[in-house]
This record gives sequence, C-alpha cells and structure tokens, in this order.
Amino acid sequence: MTTKISAEEIVGRGSREGAALFQDWFASLTNTAEEGGRGAYVFVMGSFNEILNAFDLPIVFPEINSLQTAVRKVAHEYLSEAEDYGYSPDICGYVKADVSVQFSRGKHPMGRIPKPAIAILTNACNTYIKWAEIWERIHQIPVVTIDVPGTRDGAELDKQDALDFANDRQYVVAQIKELIATCEEVTGTEFDIDKLRENMEAANTLSTSWKRIIDLNKNRPSVFNALTDGTVFLGVANGFRGTKEGADYFTRLVEEMEFKVAHGIGAVEDEQYRLAFVGVPCYPIFRRFNEMFLQRGGTFINSTYLWFASGGTNRGFEYELTDPINSLAEGVLLSVRSAMDSMFHQDRMLEEIADDYGVDGIVYHAIKSCRTVSTGLADARHSLSARRDIPSLFIESDMMDRRVVSEAQMKNRVDAFFEGLASRRQRADNA
Amino acid sequence: MTAVLDDWRLESLDESLYACRELIEDTTFPTVSKWREQGGKVAGHFQVYFPEEIAHAAGMLPVKIRGGPLDPVLADSHFGSYLCSILKTSLEFAMNGNLKLDLFVSHPICDAARNLAAIWGRNLDYPSQILYLPQNPNSSHSATYLSGEYGRLKRVVARVSGAEVTDENLRNSINVFNENRKLLRELYDIKRETPWLIDAVDAYCLVSIGGLIPREEHNDLLKRLLPQIRQRRQKQQDRIRVVFEGGFCEQPPLDLLRMLARTCYLVDDDLLVGLRWLTEDIPLEGDPLFNLAESYIDRSSYSPVQHDLRKPKEAMLLKRVEKAKADAVIVAAAKMCEPGLEEQVTYTHALDEHGIPYFVSEFEENMTSFDHLELLVETFLENLLFA
Repeated sequence: MTTKISAEEIVGRGSREGAALFQDWFASLTNTAEEGGRGAYVFVMGSFNEILNAFDLPIVFPEINSLQTAVRKVAHEYLSEAEDYGYSPDICGYVKADVSVQFSRGKHPMGRIPKPAIAILTNACNTYIKWAEIWERIHQIPVVTIDVPGTRDGAELDKQDALDFANDRQYVVAQIKELIATCEEVTGTEFDIDKLRENMEAANTLSTSWKRIIDLNKNRPSVFNALTDGTVFLGVANGFRGTKEGADYFTRLVEEMEFKVAHGIGAVEDEQYRLAFVGVPCYPIFRRFNEMFLQRGGTFINSTYLWFASGGTNRGFEYELTDPINSLAEGVLLSVRSAMDSMFHQDRMLEEIADDYGVDGIVYHAIKSCRTVSTGLADARHSLSARRDIPSLFIESDMMDRRVVSEAQMKNRVDAFFEGLASRRQRADNA
Repeated sequence: MTAVLDDWRLESLDESLYACRELIEDTTFPTVSKWREQGGKVAGHFQVYFPEEIAHAAGMLPVKIRGGPLDPVLADSHFGSYLCSILKTSLEFAMNGNLKLDLFVSHPICDAARNLAAIWGRNLDYPSQILYLPQNPNSSHSATYLSGEYGRLKRVVARVSGAEVTDENLRNSINVFNENRKLLRELYDIKRETPWLIDAVDAYCLVSIGGLIPREEHNDLLKRLLPQIRQRRQKQQDRIRVVFEGGFCEQPPLDLLRMLARTCYLVDDDLLVGLRWLTEDIPLEGDPLFNLAESYIDRSSYSPVQHDLRKPKEAMLLKRVEKAKADAVIVAAAKMCEPGLEEQVTYTHALDEHGIPYFVSEFEENMTSFDHLELLVETFLENLLFA
C-alpha cells in the first residue's frame, strides 16, 4: 500500500525539519555547556563525525557558530572584541568571531557552546590550523591535525599514480588510528568499531543523498535554491553527519526533491536564469544578496559552496563497512581532496557541470575573510572564460564583516550582469 | 657545476658584499639567466621550505621564489583583492619572462599561497606542482609519508630534468647543502656574537644570494667571506640588540633592513628561514630521502606556517631571543599575511608576559617610504637605550 503525500505536506519540509534539527542541536550544546560538559571542535572540511560520534562527543562547528553571528547581524560586535584584543582586521572573520565566543564563555546568538575537550582539523584550510592553535593556548586541549594531501598538479586532476595514492592513504590511516587513541584518552572510553561502522553507514546514506539532491537540480525548474535552501541543507549535512537523524533527514529530503521534480515544482515560480555560485555566501546580507538575483529572475542551481563546505560529500563516496578504518581513510582522502579541488580548480568542475545543469551564468563572490576560496577566483574565471562562453559576474565583499560589504555597489553590478544576460538571450532568440 | 657568478675571488670583502646586494636587487635574475644560457634547467620553489637537494641531485638549479619589489602589472588581474604582495610579484616575474623556469613547486603554507600552484599552472606552460609537507609532524607516520612524497617529487624532477636521480647523487647533494647550512649557521653566529662586524643588509644578502646561485658557489663565497668578516676591525657601538620576526615568507625591502641596520643590531631573525630550515646536518648513511624527511620533521626551525605541538611558536621566539641575548623584538608581518598577523597576537602576549619590549609593524615588499617607520623605531629604541 502506498501513502499519497500532498504537496503542502512535503514541499518545504526539508527547510522546516532542518531548522528544527538545528535548534535541537544548539539547545543540546547549550545544555552540555551549562552542565560543564565538553565537546569536540571540528571543521566542515573533514569533521570526522563518524569517529567522534562513536565516542559520544558533542560536536561543535565553530565555522557555523561564526556565520550565525553574521546572519543574525551581530558579527560586528564579535569582530570588534577580537580586534581590540589584537587580531588584525585583515584576518578571517570566522576566527575572530569565535575568539570572542571563547572569551565570553561560549555565548553566541544560538545559545552557548561547551568548552572543547579536543579539536580536530584537517589541512584543507590553513586557517583551521591557526584557529586550533588559539584553542590550544586558551584551553590547553589536544589538537589533532589530520593531513589530507591534496591534488599535486592541476593538470592531472583525479589522476594520481597508484603508488602515491597508497602513500597518501596510508598516512591518513595512521593519523586516524592516532586520532582514535587520543579520543580514547580524552573520553576514557574504549573505541567501539561497530559503533563506528553504524555511523559510517549513516554517513553513506547522507553522502549518496547529498549527491542525489545536488543532481536533481539539473531538472528544469530547479527544485531548490543552492544558495539559500542549500545552506540549510549544508548545515544539517555537517552537523548530523554519521547520525541516524542525519540519515533520516536526507532520506526524507531526497523524497521531497524527487516529489518536486515529479510535479514540476520549482524553487522559484519563474525561473529565467540558472546561475552557478562560486565562493562563500555574503552572510551579512544573506537574504538581500539572494534577492538581488531573484528579483531579476535568477536562481542559484548549484554552487561550489555545496561542494567544499560539505567536505566533498558531493562526491557521494560510500564507505566499505567491512574494512572501516581503511575505507574511512580513503573516503576522507578522496572527499576532502575533492573539496580542495572545488576551491582551487573549480573552473574545471564548473566546465564539467555547465551543460548538464544548463548554466546561464556564473557568479563569483570573492571575500576578504577567506583567501583559501578567494585567492584564485579571478584567475579561474579568466581561464574558464577562455574555454567556455559563459557570462559571469565577479563581486567582492565578505562573509562576516559588513565594513567591506557595499550593497549599493553590488546591486549595480548585479543589475548590469542581468542586462547582459537579457541582451544575450535576445540576440540568441533573434538569431 | 656551472658557475653563474663573475669572478668575485679577485674582489675585496666590501666589493663582494656590494655585488651580492646588486644581484639581490636585480629583478632580472641574471644568475638564473646565466645558468639557463649554459643549458641548465631551473626548479623554482616558493616559500618557505623546499628540499632543494632533490632538484640539485637532478642537476637542476633550485631557485627560491620570494617575490620582489616591482609592480605586478601582468599578474594583478589574476588575483583578488586583500592579498599579500609576494604572490602577485612572484607570478609577475614568471609572466613577464624575467624568471624562466622548467618547474614550479609550492607547498600550502597559507590559504593564499596554496592557490598559487593552480594559478601558475593555468598561466605557464611548464609543470606546476604542490609539495605536501606534513602539517601533522606529530604523527608517528609523518616521516614515512614525507619520504614517499619526496620520492614522488624525485620522479617529477627526473622527468623534467631528463636526469636520473640516484641515491649517490642525493647523498652528494645532501653533503653540499649540509655544508651550506653549516656556513649559514656560522654567519648567524657572527650576527649574534659580534653584530657590529656585519650589518643586517649584508648578512641578509649573503643568505639570500644562496637561493639564486648553485649552492657550491654559495659555499665557496661564504667560505671566503666569513673569515674576512670575522677579521674586520669595526668597533662595537652602544646599540640595542634586536630580533626581527615576521620575514618567513614575504621579504621586507632592503631599504627597511638598511633603516634597521642604522638604528640597532639585528642579532637574529626569521628572514628566508626556509634556506636555514634544517638545523643540523642530514645523515649521509641510509636512505637519503628518509633522512631528508626525518630532518624536516625532527631537526628543523619554526615558522607561523607549520604546526608542530613540540614547537609552540611563542616558546620558540622566546628561545631565539634568549639565544641571541636580544634586548627587544620587532614583531613584523607582511601586509595581508594572515599567518603572520595571527602570530603577532601570540608573540606580543608572550613577550608581555616575559617583560620583553617589542615593536609591532607591518611591511610590504613594495614599500618605498620609511621615514615615518624609522622615526617610530628610533623612538622605541631610544626609549630602551635611555631607560
């Protein structure tokens, strides 16, 4: 017997359930903090939730906490406090907001975060390393860096020699084993490989679903906005990776998106221009930024943010559960490497998806706070433009610092971009 | 070995030092051009550390890419705003043809620089590679991994150079570089013990030139000049002894160092620390790549761009200050250099805790005006001198 679901019931369910999960997550972190408990501080590009959940460590994503301060328009207060302490206006705003959160005993707009018992980071972003060093000094906690060697030569993307791949994988395997030993020390709990396997199985569901959801936006109309809806989904993908809640959420999200495809329900009513977004969202004016495009008929159908900020989950890597440690290492290596590629070699990836997704234009959003993402954008844009005739817009602002967000100037450029798109379409229609 | 320096043996110490300064300031890289004119191949490596022995063993000239004082007219449009200068000027040298390479290698020292290999590769038609040096040197597997990574680099270098890289070649190269690092340590001993014998600019140029010429020639140069420097008859002056911290990547302009040389004794620094990264000789027995790797992990200096639980940066700086018997520290950072700016906070808090005076500043390789900075530095130093 099949149960018929109504559009009212299912459309928008992912956003509603995502918001609820988020609230529960932050409430739980607040409780942990109030009770004097500690958590594991991790980052989106290689969080190792699968392992940390096996030790029942509450997971804290300082990047997510920091961006919340910008979305809720209080980031400047946090940035000022860190700058008063000595941090330069020219360094990552996420770091500075978190420094202020640490100074205020974990208080932030969504509640409180517990102090760390351990911090885990990868080398996918160098600021992760500097950031964790700050916690090391403030909290005197174990900081575990997991090196994930990335692509060595952009000309040979995804073509690594077997010998070199084995060397990289063995390094990640060794580091994962050392991480497990540190977690045992920190928690006083013996590692349970079956628990890890269970978490990896849940992560498999999440990964395949994440890939599927992104793929579904190839449809016309697109079924979700990669910038706004996508950011909600991304938060759940990171926070609930390797959990049953995460797996269930994404199973239901796939159901919602497939329903929308089947019934021709788009993310927007009148989808005129299908845009790819490259970079990190402009959180200080998150809603307004999207509206600038929406008002001109533009919707974001894919973004590199969905790739790298999910730690490369968009690859849909599935762990081999019979060999959990080796498979986890391989999954981390391939996924985090892919996340790095989608920052440094995103021109090649955009070229690959442009036709499948019917991309009408690309919006590059370079930001002051994040050199990892922004340094090469102008060059990658030149390079892609030389190979493919896809209109693009290049704007610069920040993900945290409203002092470098010039909304009026940005709007002028967005308007000019759409005028170009319209005239191009007219010329094509007349041809 | 192909020689690229003119016959400086006939020149006096002052003339030799002058020639070094001229070469360092020459943005056409004449020594590299000369090497290429004689059929040599060149491996350019970006800051901070690179295992030059591997390129050397293949008969290539390893050249340290460290930006320079020029306007990045071609490179600027390939980068976003809010970036340090060294990235742009380094690419500019490659794009304007002043620096012709056969291979470019960088490693992800910071968020900005880790983009450089991709940008380089999209714009220049020779291999552009990333060398993944461990950011987790505390893993028991890191030396083994790095040895494998060096093996990969060895194959790349062999392919580009067309030369086989044998263990014997590697040992010979390690020997040359061991000698070089020993001579550089000696130069720094002179700076620390008798800073009045060599000023900050000359000492810097003597180190820096090593990144632009065959290391055998650098060794010859140092072996000839160091004894002459020791025999100088300069008198000690009543000056504050200062450590300069913040020159691990982008280099301050020589005029900035000249200004410091006029006002204090620069007794230690982290300028071009990559050329002096390994602090002890690499063993010659056993697997040369593993020895190189192990030395990087276990017998090396520190910088804001390497994380090592055994080497907290502030503790390392304090050791440097103590070893150099310094009175004060200039805590500098290149403009827009995130690791440097972040470390400034840590350094200044640690220096405060230990009651060590410091002066915080930012610089850029392209800066040309130093009057205001000189006034501030002089005031800082005079306050210490007359305290």
